[in-house]
Amino acid sequence: MHSTPSPATASAPALDGQGIRVEAATRRYGAVTAVEDLSLAVSPGEVVAVVGPSGCGKSTLLSLVCGLERPDAGTVAADPAALMPQRDLLLPWASALDNAALPLRLRGAGRREARAAAAPVLAEFGLAGFERARPGELSGGMRQRVAFLRTLLAGKPVLCLDEPFGALDAIARAEMQRWLADALAREPRTVLLVTHDVEEAVLLGDRVAVMSPRPGRVVADLRVDVPRPRVATDPAVVELRARALAALGGEAAA
Amino acid sequence: MIALLLVALLLGAWQLYAVHGPVDDLILPAPSEIATALWEDRALLWDNFLVTAQEVALGIVAALVVGFACATALHFWRPLRRATYPLLVASQAVPIVIVAPLLIVWLGFGMAPKVAIIALICFFPIVVTTLDGLGRVDRDTLRLLRTLDASRWAAFRFAEAPAALPAALSGAKIAVAVAVIGAVFAEYSGSSEGLGHLILQAIPQLETARAWAAVVVLAAFAVALFYALDLAQRRLLPWTTNERTS
Ligand SMILES: Nc1ncnc2c1ncn2[C@@H]1O[C@H](COP(=O)(O)OP(=O)(O)O)[C@@H](O)[C@H]1O
Ligand SMILES: [Mg+2]
Repeated sequence: MHSTPSPATASAPALDGQGIRVEAATRRYGAVTAVEDLSLAVSPGEVVAVVGPSGCGKSTLLSLVCGLERPDAGTVAADPAALMPQRDLLLPWASALDNAALPLRLRGAGRREARAAAAPVLAEFGLAGFERARPGELSGGMRQRVAFLRTLLAGKPVLCLDEPFGALDAIARAEMQRWLADALAREPRTVLLVTHDVEEAVLLGDRVAVMSPRPGRVVADLRVDVPRPRVATDPAVVELRARALAALGGEAAA
Repeated sequence: MIALLLVALLLGAWQLYAVHGPVDDLILPAPSEIATALWEDRALLWDNFLVTAQEVALGIVAALVVGFACATALHFWRPLRRATYPLLVASQAVPIVIVAPLLIVWLGFGMAPKVAIIALICFFPIVVTTLDGLGRVDRDTLRLLRTLDASRWAAFRFAEAPAALPAALSGAKIAVAVAVIGAVFAEYSGSSEGLGHLILQAIPQLETARAWAAVVVLAAFAVALFYALDLAQRRLLPWTTNERTS
């Protein structure tokens, strides 16, 4: 744990809300039932990794938590949440700095003020010297970091991260995982992290929620009692990974 | 390279046809005669070119500003869009020759009616491409902005408008050639200067080569304008070109 206050801490919201409570939520798109009878509770400051087969409604769950969708049945209650979408959706015409600072501008800050607030955070996350680069000029890992910073600077207690490192190669991915763990250690948030990588889920989550194929429900909820920093070769990590995979496989066979 | 060869070939064929063919050179002067006229009348052509160029440039800028504003209005209010779109299309079908005298009655003989006519011509393609650009912003981007508490206006300001800017310039690029023809018609309808006016005078004076020389200048101007807009698009809005290469 770092004890030095970081510039990003200035924007950290208080974690004294309710966290996330999804109770028996169902969401249909026409004839397709994306999630059905899905329940999941996340306490303030907790990191829950969500794994599940593709198309099982993981992104739908995040949309519900962010208030972009309403459940057709059941209830969804959550503290204000910021979404980091599956595609980074950076604005191609804006610089890395302006993309990261976008939520500040949207909350009414002037251009200069927003840049001044975002620049130190950008530097802190290894993007010094790339402030003026446009997304098209950044590597995949850098783009993901900018997208993450944009989510962080939204200043909301809940972060919904949708496969944040899905597009990266193994090395960049490992680096980003370390970096995310660091960021959350410095600035705790309530996090719902969707991933298709079970190992990533165990490395980053306080809990791992395993979803069934569509219509998605939570079929296993594993607590990860492994101290941080975690390494993939730790027997406890390996064991949990096997349990999560078994839960996934059991559902796939059913 | 191939373009140059093609031009040379065309000019050669034209020269042969004009000199040996059945058409009188008062109707179709040879390229060599046009070149001579270009050189001998260069001062006259230049002075009139400046007038026409100014009209066209102002007309395009006016069309960009008004077109962008109208496209924005139509984008925000769908009922307005449904109601006025057919009208917009219909307005394009009205020949300039009919509207020009009316505009001259309203705006006088100066530069204003010419600028208005050119703006009118460029307006439609700009509105269409801008509307398209405004509408093509990713649905997910707009959803993302909503999670960041963006108002409708902020979504326009930060996502839709910047995305539509290159589209508006594309509309202007489409409109350039027609804008130049529009300038000629506008000057036909009443003016004392400009390349259109020069052409109108040269023909009854049997100065066909001079008229054609004016046409050459107009064509070159249209090409230059097209590439100037292209350059502006790349300079002011470089992400559009980055996008294509990445
Ligand atoms: N806006 C939508 N309209 C129609 N169907 C949708 C929509 N969003 C998601 N779906 C469908 O819901 C199911 C779950 O989608 P999603 O939540 O994106 O899954 P995941 O993120 O787990 O891959 C899929 O079958 C998908 O096709
Ligand atoms: Mg998804």
